[in-house]
Amino acid sequence: MEKLSNQMKWQQGTLVLLRFLIGWHILYEGIHKLLHPEWSALAFLDNAQWIFSGIANWIISNPGILNIVDTMNTWGLILIGLGLVLGLFTRIASLAGCALLLLYYLFNPPFIGMENMGSIEGNYLMVNKTLIEAVCLLYIAFTPLSRHFGLDMLRLKYHQTAPNHD
Amino acid sequence: MTKETAKGIDRRDMLKALATVPILGALGIQVFRKNAYDDKHNIQEEIIRELGIEDLTNAIKPITHEKGDLIRLGIAGSGSRGIQLASALGFIEKSRFDQTVGNGSLDAQITEGNLNVAITGICDVFDLHAEQGLATAAHDIHTGGEFSSGHPVKRFRHYHDMLADPNIDAIIVSTPDHHHAQMTIDAIQAGKHVYCEKSLIHREEEIYTAYETVKNSDLVFQLGHQYPQTAAFQVAQEILRRKWLGKISHVETTTNRNSPNGAWIRHVDNEGNIKPGNAQSIDWKQWLGKAQEVPFSIRRYYSWARYFDYDTILFGQLFSHEFDAVNQLLHMGIPKTVVSSGGQYTYKEFGDMPDVLNTIFEYPDKELTLTYSANLTSSKSRGRTIYGQDAAMKVGGTLSVVPDGSSKQFADLLERGLVSSDSPMMELLQGSNSASVVDAVSSATAQYYASRGLTSTSIGGQSWDVTHLHLKEWLDCIRNGGTPIGNIEKAFEESVVIAMADISYRENCRCEWDPEARRIKRF
Repeated sequence: MEKLSNQMKWQQGTLVLLRFLIGWHILYEGIHKLLHPEWSALAFLDNAQWIFSGIANWIISNPGILNIVDTMNTWGLILIGLGLVLGLFTRIASLAGCALLLLYYLFNPPFIGMENMGSIEGNYLMVNKTLIEAVCLLYIAFTPLSRHFGLDMLRLKYHQTAPNHD
Repeated sequence: MTKETAKGIDRRDMLKALATVPILGALGIQVFRKNAYDDKHNIQEEIIRELGIEDLTNAIKPITHEKGDLIRLGIAGSGSRGIQLASALGFIEKSRFDQTVGNGSLDAQITEGNLNVAITGICDVFDLHAEQGLATAAHDIHTGGEFSSGHPVKRFRHYHDMLADPNIDAIIVSTPDHHHAQMTIDAIQAGKHVYCEKSLIHREEEIYTAYETVKNSDLVFQLGHQYPQTAAFQVAQEILRRKWLGKISHVETTTNRNSPNGAWIRHVDNEGNIKPGNAQSIDWKQWLGKAQEVPFSIRRYYSWARYFDYDTILFGQLFSHEFDAVNQLLHMGIPKTVVSSGGQYTYKEFGDMPDVLNTIFEYPDKELTLTYSANLTSSKSRGRTIYGQDAAMKVGGTLSVVPDGSSKQFADLLERGLVSSDSPMMELLQGSNSASVVDAVSSATAQYYASRGLTSTSIGGQSWDVTHLHLKEWLDCIRNGGTPIGNIEKAFEESVVIAMADISYRENCRCEWDPEARRIKRF
């Protein structure tokens, strides 16, 4: 493995820390939903606005579909969270996490005139924490340094002897 | 490059690869700790446990489907309410069906099930309304708006002819109020079951004849107050059974509206045009009935509720629903005294309907006062509230119970901060589907009815039209025996209460009920 400069080490450290933190956040969201089977995306979807409000209403009006969405969401969060924390299939987990967060963002975007009455945090202008987290995951997905400290190292080594930063 | 193992992975890399695994353990421990903390501090769950709230909704009876033999119905009065009742029975004009079938507004009616009834008679003094009634009765919503039961629908120009028709088993009375009692009496005497819209009576003397006639028959009578069919009503009954409210000394009923339509000024449409109808197309003499003879008036025809000649004004129109709701819950019956006061301060153009009206009903033997306060010039809702020493319960389409700050029953919960006198300790919300439909497509007056639990309710995960359920109860009793909730005893109590309030307002006196003579006395 090639030596990293001090600057690179700092970059690597902060990037891996960011990966852990987002992974922890997403994994806990999934585990919480798994431990509380009464949880449902119904309220979130009921508040949906903009381009996805139609599909949200369709999901709500079909209890079977809503159930599938709830299950997929819970397990999606858990698998993405595990991937990020363990550094396993980091790129896939990051991209999937980014896509999921962008979906949350687009179902309830903080655009002018689309105030979320249910929000206890108040309202944002265009940019909210979900969008920032999604972009962070995009950054992690395309920065090979983020894969240090993680099971991907073993996985990649197993497949190829030479270190790979792809 | 560091020194690699036989598999190409050195010790340092292995440590780096596995460095993240303990984080999972840390997360697991934290999740466990957080769950334990949440369980201990979950106030909502503790209140639910302490009060047994989970069992409350067990009081909501599931809707049963009993089809039974075909019942042939005649509708006396196919104006707007008559059409609504036909719709609640599952009938709809073909053109309306085609226009609305895709937008979801008919879903509840379609899924409510077929009551196995046919409307075989329509009687209305206005040609246009009779035609609308015929077109509605001929099309069953369950067959996609196609021809319904194979039973032809006949128009009758006089209700006596409809009562004489052997092809009609039961009558729905949805005329202006001054016809209700006489039509009910005549229908029972003709051997027909009766569903009568509120209020049963217009004048005191009608009460006793109507009561005796129905009482002495074995026919089924149902008064048109659909509120007891709601989930909120059934949960309210259970809460009262559990005595959460403590001693109840005051029941407050109210009406709040703020529009000409809400004040029954209904002879003009939304664009300000006079509605159709004239002396040629309306049998005015028959419409007047026993009322004082006056020349044809489009105002009187559409806005009849505003006139003493045809109605007990706000008492018959909206207080009747309020009284039925609280009387069905508390069985308070007839008060000892009634005093009404009010005035016409805004809508002064015509009729006798006051815009502001306040009435007090005293029940000294029950240590209880009922008040009714109506305002037709403000839509600020005040709801329908039962005040007890331990809690206050607001009952309408939704239900909420707020503990009293001085409650002895809930003192422990209040002290522990589990409940607060500022907010409900229990709420039953209307199913979100029905509420959103009301918000999206209905007028303010329709929203008023929804807020009082008079339009729809959610039972067994499905939204139900409460009028459908009320009609269904009547039909079930006709087929299987039994007494419906809006029976003649309840109708008698309500009629006396309405007559007392109405007399007090019209004659500016205090009314007292004489239980021995069973008559109203004026003071």
